[in-house]
Amino acid sequence: MDQKLIVSSSPHIRDESSVQKVMSDVVIALLPATIGAVYFFRTRALILILIAVITAVMAEAVMQKLRKQPVTISDMSAVVTGLLIALNITAASAWWIPMIGSAFAIVVVKQLFGGLGKNFMNPALAARILLTLSWTGRMTEWITPGADAVSTATPLSFVKGQMMVPGNAPSLFDSFVGNIGGCMGETSALLLLLGGLYLIYRNVIAIRIPLIYIGTVAALTLIYSGFNFHYMAYHVVSGGLMIGAIFMATDYASSPVTSEGRIIFAFGCGLLTTVIRLFGGFNEGVGFSILLMNVATPLIERYTVPAIYGEVKKQHA
Amino acid sequence: MNMGKVFGRGIVLDNPIFVQALGMCPTLAVTNTAINGLGMGVATTAVLLGSNLVISLIRNVIPPKIRIPSFIVVIATFVTMVGMLMKAYTPELDQALGIFIPLIVVNCLILGRAESFASKNGAGASIVDGLGMGVGFTLALVVLGVVRELIGFGSVFGMAVMPEAFEPMSIMTMAPGAFLALGILMAIFNKMVYSKSKS
Repeated sequence: MDQKLIVSSSPHIRDESSVQKVMSDVVIALLPATIGAVYFFRTRALILILIAVITAVMAEAVMQKLRKQPVTISDMSAVVTGLLIALNITAASAWWIPMIGSAFAIVVVKQLFGGLGKNFMNPALAARILLTLSWTGRMTEWITPGADAVSTATPLSFVKGQMMVPGNAPSLFDSFVGNIGGCMGETSALLLLLGGLYLIYRNVIAIRIPLIYIGTVAALTLIYSGFNFHYMAYHVVSGGLMIGAIFMATDYASSPVTSEGRIIFAFGCGLLTTVIRLFGGFNEGVGFSILLMNVATPLIERYTVPAIYGEVKKQHA
Repeated sequence: MNMGKVFGRGIVLDNPIFVQALGMCPTLAVTNTAINGLGMGVATTAVLLGSNLVISLIRNVIPPKIRIPSFIVVIATFVTMVGMLMKAYTPELDQALGIFIPLIVVNCLILGRAESFASKNGAGASIVDGLGMGVGFTLALVVLGVVRELIGFGSVFGMAVMPEAFEPMSIMTMAPGAFLALGILMAIFNKMVYSKSKS
């Protein structure tokens, strides 16, 4: 035995994963939706996406310089945030909309709260809500896919206040593929699902949160409409549900770490989304519900701390 | 007691909003424009001056056990007077501030100064303290109001100052904008004060 026995402290099982790898996987998963956005909305989409990503990366670098911290823009996390913001705005946006969104997401929501992994809510989603509340008119100026960009309504505005899908609404197939008005990256449920499957295959996200989130919305809309499957499917493939459930509700920093907690979190997102869509003032409730559950995350974690191995329940005399 | 120090403390080192974070309800609710912030600040300062003076004068006859109710009665008296004066002379401002004028009664800044300063010091010092705290409160509200009005409406004290192309960021006029602006201003203020006190 001439081989040395190496003694080291835990962790003993290591793998190759790093922030950069995980974030690159998310970018790859977002590629189908990004390419779809460029295909449906042409150059205007491409320009907005570039503005959002470049602003996010620059904001990250500037803030880390100001905070006298190592600049970590190569970890791709700012790219993901910028890309998500671009996919969350309408293709008719002015150039400064993604710029303000990315700057707010990175400077205020991410860096002022401590940087990567310390954001208390999803930066991209917080930016989207900020933009929607500030410039409601501009943020809901939907246009049709294609070169001649005519203004249009989103599928969700057709079913708002209805118990069934009205005849003049875009077809379910168009909603699923993405041939409809809406945010650039939200329109195509199909392309987002492709990205989601890739993330699950690469073990970047667990299927639990998206499945329960979308399942809750499906179940509740099904019950509400008196078992109208067309209506349910319409709600599931429309709006921001797919991008929210797959890419935003699964944010590591702002969703619970406990597995029970994730179930509560995802169910809460689904419940709030459905309630806002069916009874609220807005057509879409995905953004508000994920942010609300983000804020509730510390509370959920506190109540779902798993028992320590060998722990005995306290006896109350 | 150094009167200058008592006065200056309310403006910088013990600023009611940026340092003590007192009176958050009016701070967040009515600072959507600079003029509303100023009005709320002046009204609060008037009440604070009156209550500090009266409480310091009667501090030796108030039984300790019922001092809080006694303070509240004094404060409520002044709030009612200020409210009536505003209704008579500045009806527009009164309309804009609405319920937040009567709510000055429960502003913890006023009760806080009564409890921690006026009930322990003489009338002169209490007036100076009330003035310092009031000016500090008013300054902070005006700064917050200017920032929110500038970004949220594109104007300052009702005068448009932004270029035509500027599109106001309406979230700044709503509650979330109040929190955002207050948080960032608080950070800047503390950074400035602390870097100064160190050197």
